[in-house]
Amino acid sequence: MDGLSGQKPIVVWLLNISVVLIVLLWLFPTLGLFVSSFRTGDQITASGWWSAMFPAEQTLQIRAADPDEFRVETSDGVFVVEGQIFGDEPFEGTIQAWSTSSRRLGENAPGDTYDMGDGESFTLNADGTYIWQGNDDQISGRAQRVFIDAETPPEFTLDNYNFVLFDEDNSEGMMKAFLNTLTVVIPATVIPILIAAFAAYALAWMDFPGRALLIAAVVGLLVVPLQLALIPLLSFHNSIGIGKGYLGVWLAHTGFGLPLAIYLLRNYMVGLPRDIIENAKVDGATDFQIFVKIILPLSFPALASFAIFQFLWTWNDLLVALVFLIDASGQTTVMTKQIVELLGTRGGDWEILATSAFVSIAVPLVVFFAMQRYLVRGLLAGSVK
Amino acid sequence: MPGVSMNKVIKKYGDVQVIHGIDLEIDDGEFCVFVGPSGCGKSTLLRMVAGLEETTEGQMHIGERNVTKLDPSDRGVAMVFQTYALYPHMTVKENMGFGLKMNGHPKPEIEEKVAEASRILKLDEYLSRKPAALSGGQRQRVSIGRAIVRGPDVFLFDEPLSNLDAELRVEMRVEIARLHKEIGATMIYVTHDQVEAMTLADKIVVLRLGNIEQVGAPMDLYRDPDNKFVAGFIGSPAMNFMDGKVVDGGVEIPNIGMTVPAPIATAYKGHDVIAGLRPEHLSIDPKGDALTVDLTESLGGVSYAYLSGATGEKLVVEERGDDRVSEGDKVGLSFEPERMYLFDAKTEQRIRG
Repeated sequence: MDGLSGQKPIVVWLLNISVVLIVLLWLFPTLGLFVSSFRTGDQITASGWWSAMFPAEQTLQIRAADPDEFRVETSDGVFVVEGQIFGDEPFEGTIQAWSTSSRRLGENAPGDTYDMGDGESFTLNADGTYIWQGNDDQISGRAQRVFIDAETPPEFTLDNYNFVLFDEDNSEGMMKAFLNTLTVVIPATVIPILIAAFAAYALAWMDFPGRALLIAAVVGLLVVPLQLALIPLLSFHNSIGIGKGYLGVWLAHTGFGLPLAIYLLRNYMVGLPRDIIENAKVDGATDFQIFVKIILPLSFPALASFAIFQFLWTWNDLLVALVFLIDASGQTTVMTKQIVELLGTRGGDWEILATSAFVSIAVPLVVFFAMQRYLVRGLLAGSVK
Repeated sequence: MPGVSMNKVIKKYGDVQVIHGIDLEIDDGEFCVFVGPSGCGKSTLLRMVAGLEETTEGQMHIGERNVTKLDPSDRGVAMVFQTYALYPHMTVKENMGFGLKMNGHPKPEIEEKVAEASRILKLDEYLSRKPAALSGGQRQRVSIGRAIVRGPDVFLFDEPLSNLDAELRVEMRVEIARLHKEIGATMIYVTHDQVEAMTLADKIVVLRLGNIEQVGAPMDLYRDPDNKFVAGFIGSPAMNFMDGKVVDGGVEIPNIGMTVPAPIATAYKGHDVIAGLRPEHLSIDPKGDALTVDLTESLGGVSYAYLSGATGEKLVVEERGDDRVSEGDKVGLSFEPERMYLFDAKTEQRIRG
C-alpha cells in the first residue's frame, strides 16, 4: 500500500500534464486558424496571429502637406503649414511619440513643439493636427517628413468569409462544397443509425438461431480496413448502375459505418435492464413497440454518441468521397477536396486557406460541443457498469 | 376471477432440469406465496406462469384457459418486479397507462383506470413525475399500480419488497395485504422472506431444488410440517434439530441427556431419528446442568440463549420473563413432550405418531 500511495500522485500529475499538453496541442492551431481567418493577407505576412489580438506598435513615416501648395503667410516672412497629419482618413490609434528625423526616433511627445533651428519649428498634437512654421525658404520644396510611433488597435475583418462563402465571382468558393458535404454527411449519418438500431435490438434482445454467429461476424467486420473494399465496391456500383454520385457515397458510408454502429448500440442495449423489457412484454407490447417506445428513447446517449462519430468522420472524409462521389464535372466536390485544391491554386493566400479551413471545421466543432456529454456517456456504455 | 392450475410442469434449460414436474392448484382469489432458498426455482416457476419462461413439459391453466403456449400478454397476468422495472423515460401516469395503450384501449378509459389505481395506491400527486424523482417505496407502488391498471386475472409479484429498506417493507407488506382484500384477485407472490410469506399468504408453497416440499396455510405449515426442510424453513429463529434414537417409551436424545416420552409406534424401535424443537417451545430449567450457555442475545421482550450440549449440537431457546441466563451458565431444558417433532434420520420425512 505504501508503494501505491507514493505512486498515485505522480500518475495523477502525469495524467494532468498530458491532458494539458493535448489540450494545448489542439487549441493552438485551431485558435491560430480562427484568428488568421479574420486578418488580411498583409497582416498575416507582417505578424503572427498571436500578436493580432494585442494593439500593435508601429513607426509610421508620413510627410506633411506640400508646402508650395498649402503654406499660408501669417505675417511678414513667416509661413505656416497646418493640417491633419493622417489626412482625411480617421486614425484608429494613439500617437505615443514622434520626431522629424529617423535618427531621433521617438524623441518628441505629442503636443511638443520641436525647434528645427533657424526659427523653423514643428508641432504635432495627439489628435494628429500639426503646425509647421518657418521662413519662405524653409517652408518650401519637399514637405517635412514625420516619424510617428503609433499604437494601433487590433484590426479584424470579415472580408475573408465574404469572399470565401458569398462572393459569386469566386470560382473557388466554399459554399457549394459546404452544401455538398452536408448532402453527403446527413444521410450518411442517419441511414446507418436507423439500420444499426434495428439490428442492435435484434442482436441484443431477440432470440433466434445464429445470433451469436452474427454478432461474431459484426465484431470481425470491425477490423476490416475500408481500403480493401474501395475498388470492388466501386466496380459493383458501376455494374449495377449507381455509378459515382450521392447514392453511392451514402451506401458506402453506411456500409463502412455499420459494424461499429451495431457493435456500440448492441452493447448499450444489452445493458438495459431485462426486467423493463420483460415487463413491456407482459404489458402486451410487440417487439416493434418495445423497440420504438422503450429501447430507442433509453438508448439515446448511445445513438447520439455514434451519430457524432459517424458525422465527424464522414465530414472529414476525403477518400470515400473521391472514390464514390467526385467526378470530372466538379459539381459534387466536397470541402476536403476543395481545400486540397485550394492548397494548390492559392497556396500563398493564407487568409483564404485559413478561412476555408475554419469553415470546414466550424460545423464539427459545434456538433462536438453540443453533444459531447453524450459522447463520453456513449463511449463508456457497456464497458463500465 | 380465475385461479391457476399447474399439471406436471417441467422446465429444462438444455439438458439441465430445474423444475421437476410441479402439480399445484391455486384457487380463485387466493394469495399464494412461493418460498424457498435461493435457486429453489420459485422465480422460475413464477416466470413460467407469466410466460417469460417457456414451459418445457406439462400444462398450465388460468381459469379454464390453457395458457401453456400463450405469449405473456395473452395470459391475463400482470407482473411486479423486484427492480420495479419502471420505464425511466415515462411519467408515472404514462408508466401505468402503457399496458392499456399497447392493447389499444381508448384514452378516456386509460385515464379513468389510471386515476382509479392511483387513488387506491395514493399516487395522485406523483402522476406527472418521472420514476427517478420517486423514492423506492413510491416506485414499487407505481409498479403495483401498473399491474392494477391492467385488471389482470392473476397478479404476479417477484420479490417485490426485497429492494426496500426494513421500515418500508413492513409498510408495503401491509399495503399489499390491503390491496388483496380490496381487489380480491388471485395473486402469486415469490419471496425468500418467511415473514412476508407467513403474514401475507392464504397458501404457502415451499419449494426446494425444483420440487414442492409442502403446500398449506401458513399456520398449518408451522404446526404440522411434513419434513425437516419445511420445519426448519418456517419459523424464526429456526427449529432446533438433534439426533436421537427410538427406545422403549420414547426417544433418547444424547445431546440433552434426556429420554423424551413420545407416542411412537414400536415398529420404529432402534430407529435413528431427528428430534425437532422450536425455540419458543423450550424453556430453561435452572436445576439441570446438561447444557452450557454459549451466548445470549437480548432483544428486550425476548432473549435468545444459544446452548450447546453433550454431543456439541447447538440449540436456541427463547426466553421471556425476568430471570434470564447469562453466558457460561450450566442449565437444563424443559418442554412439553408433545411439542417435539420427529423426523426420519435418512429420509428427513416427518414421523407422525
